Amino acid sequence: MSAVVDLSSAEREVRDKAAMASPVSDRFVTDAALKPAFFDWLCRMGDNALVLGHRTSEWCGHGPVLEEDIALANTALDLIGHTQLWLGLAGEVEGRGRDADQLAYLRDAAQFRNLLLVELPNGDMGVTLMREFLFDAWHHACLSWLIAHSQSPRVAEIAAKAIKEVTYHLERASDLVVRLGDGSGESHARMQAAVDLLWPYTGEMFKSDAIEAELVKAGIVPASETLRETWERTVSEIFEEATLDMPEDGYSHLGGKQGRHTEHLGFILAEMQFLQRAYPGASW
Amino acid sequence: MYAQLIKSEGMKSREEMSQEEIAFQERVDRGEKIEPKEWMPEGYRKTLIRQIGQHAHSEIVGQLPEGNWITRAPTLERKAILLAKVQDEAGHGLYLYSAAETLGVSRDELLEKLHSGEMKYSSIFNYPTLNWADMGAVGWLVDGAAIMNQVPLQRTSYGPYSRAMIRICKEESFHQRQGYAVMMKMAFGTPEQKEMAQDALNRFWFPALMMFGPSDKDSVHSAQSMAWKIKINTNDELRQKFVNETVPQAEYLGLTIPDENLVWNEEKQGYDFSEPDWSEFFEVIKGNGPCNRERLGARVKAWTDGAWFRDGLSAYAEKAAARRAAIVAAE
Repeated sequence: MSAVVDLSSAEREVRDKAAMASPVSDRFVTDAALKPAFFDWLCRMGDNALVLGHRTSEWCGHGPVLEEDIALANTALDLIGHTQLWLGLAGEVEGRGRDADQLAYLRDAAQFRNLLLVELPNGDMGVTLMREFLFDAWHHACLSWLIAHSQSPRVAEIAAKAIKEVTYHLERASDLVVRLGDGSGESHARMQAAVDLLWPYTGEMFKSDAIEAELVKAGIVPASETLRETWERTVSEIFEEATLDMPEDGYSHLGGKQGRHTEHLGFILAEMQFLQRAYPGASW
Repeated sequence: MYAQLIKSEGMKSREEMSQEEIAFQERVDRGEKIEPKEWMPEGYRKTLIRQIGQHAHSEIVGQLPEGNWITRAPTLERKAILLAKVQDEAGHGLYLYSAAETLGVSRDELLEKLHSGEMKYSSIFNYPTLNWADMGAVGWLVDGAAIMNQVPLQRTSYGPYSRAMIRICKEESFHQRQGYAVMMKMAFGTPEQKEMAQDALNRFWFPALMMFGPSDKDSVHSAQSMAWKIKINTNDELRQKFVNETVPQAEYLGLTIPDENLVWNEEKQGYDFSEPDWSEFFEVIKGNGPCNRERLGARVKAWTDGAWFRDGLSAYAEKAAARRAAIVAAE
């Protein structure tokens, strides 16, 4: 292991306790044939949480009302926690001694596997909330599948931890989408504008590829397109209540899951990775 | 702390007090808690609103200097800790605005006064956070100074304020320890990290001392507040206590306090130290600190940009209430 993250004894204790809390044996973690695909997919999960957590944390201290400041910080905190779990397992599967911090702070944009949706700029609170809602509805469906069906006990275990918080994220985002969609003329217009802006980025959530297919075959992950029905049901129910129009499916922006990102991700990473890049080998 | 230069009333002698005022003062003297619906002198109520309001404003403006580093935190663990900490500060703001509301002033009214500049927040948050060690220094020194004042305020005479302080102190002492933990990492780290740690201490030392407010001899509002147990210790007492506790902590870190006059005084069993530059303090209070414009500007912008969001929620609440009323009427 390189010296990027030199853990203090207290931190090591926390990590060891976490490892002890997960004595679950899982043959997929050491399956050499599956390794590249499994690692990639775990990065998709971890990077979604990391990048959305980063975007959400940009609101800290700038929210429209104190309760929102608290809720946004809390949501970002949950997502950073999920990042640690998914990227931690990714590092284990990869087996090259990289831990969650090294994966988060020392990969460049082309190695990131998050959806384009989560890296889009925050915009106004309407865009931020709508992005959260569209993602949460997918996230919740995905985690639910993993808990019920994944043949990988470690994956199911992380999903079971994360879903407690994601259930709350979805509930909160849904509630606000309804209230703002069916609120004032201006709030309705802003929420509809947010839907129209973000919709072309939702198709990527349901697009399968060869990497995923390998893991679907092993029974570890769901095929992306199978999550669409649940997602659409959630979104259409909430939109109806919110008096928002669901756009026709049209063009989808793709590429995030394969490492082809928008211009925005580079700036996120330049900011996020600054200290690790400027002071290599230091312990923080 | 986060409450400086709180304007209070002139101290009344017992002869000048009404029967009600005498009875009130006796309750305070006996250590009884005053609760929202009970009689209290108008001056007591007004002073508390100013003090609790300023404290609440400090908590929410105080999110900004630390929020400045959340997106640049160097590890996932540090990012999570900082997020949790800033979220705590917002929560403290919430308790305190709620405590102020029990005195008959709404959160919106207090925010309006913050945004117009009529009410202040602690001078400390008008200083910039320039390197990662500042996240340590803010926890260690700024929260450390705040705790000096807040621990005694757990015993303050006003019930809701006292109970808010009890909750806040639990979290603040944790913040101070985690700030010190960041300082340890930096001070015992690479030469560059140690340099950042020293730089942070150099910049935050005197502003932290200013947090306690001007010297007792220049502090005109203390006597009445102390009689009412809204203020428990004098500014100089608290500042001395802070210096006494902090100097050995700096020594352990191998960092130098930026004060040539700092020396142990055996006779008073405390350190002698230089006064901060009070002209700088008054300039910062007047609005001329390095970040006054950005800090208040950010809060005003958040509030203004958020108007449609708040209005939208209110519009929905009205519609929902009307729908419920229509259902009831139809039944």
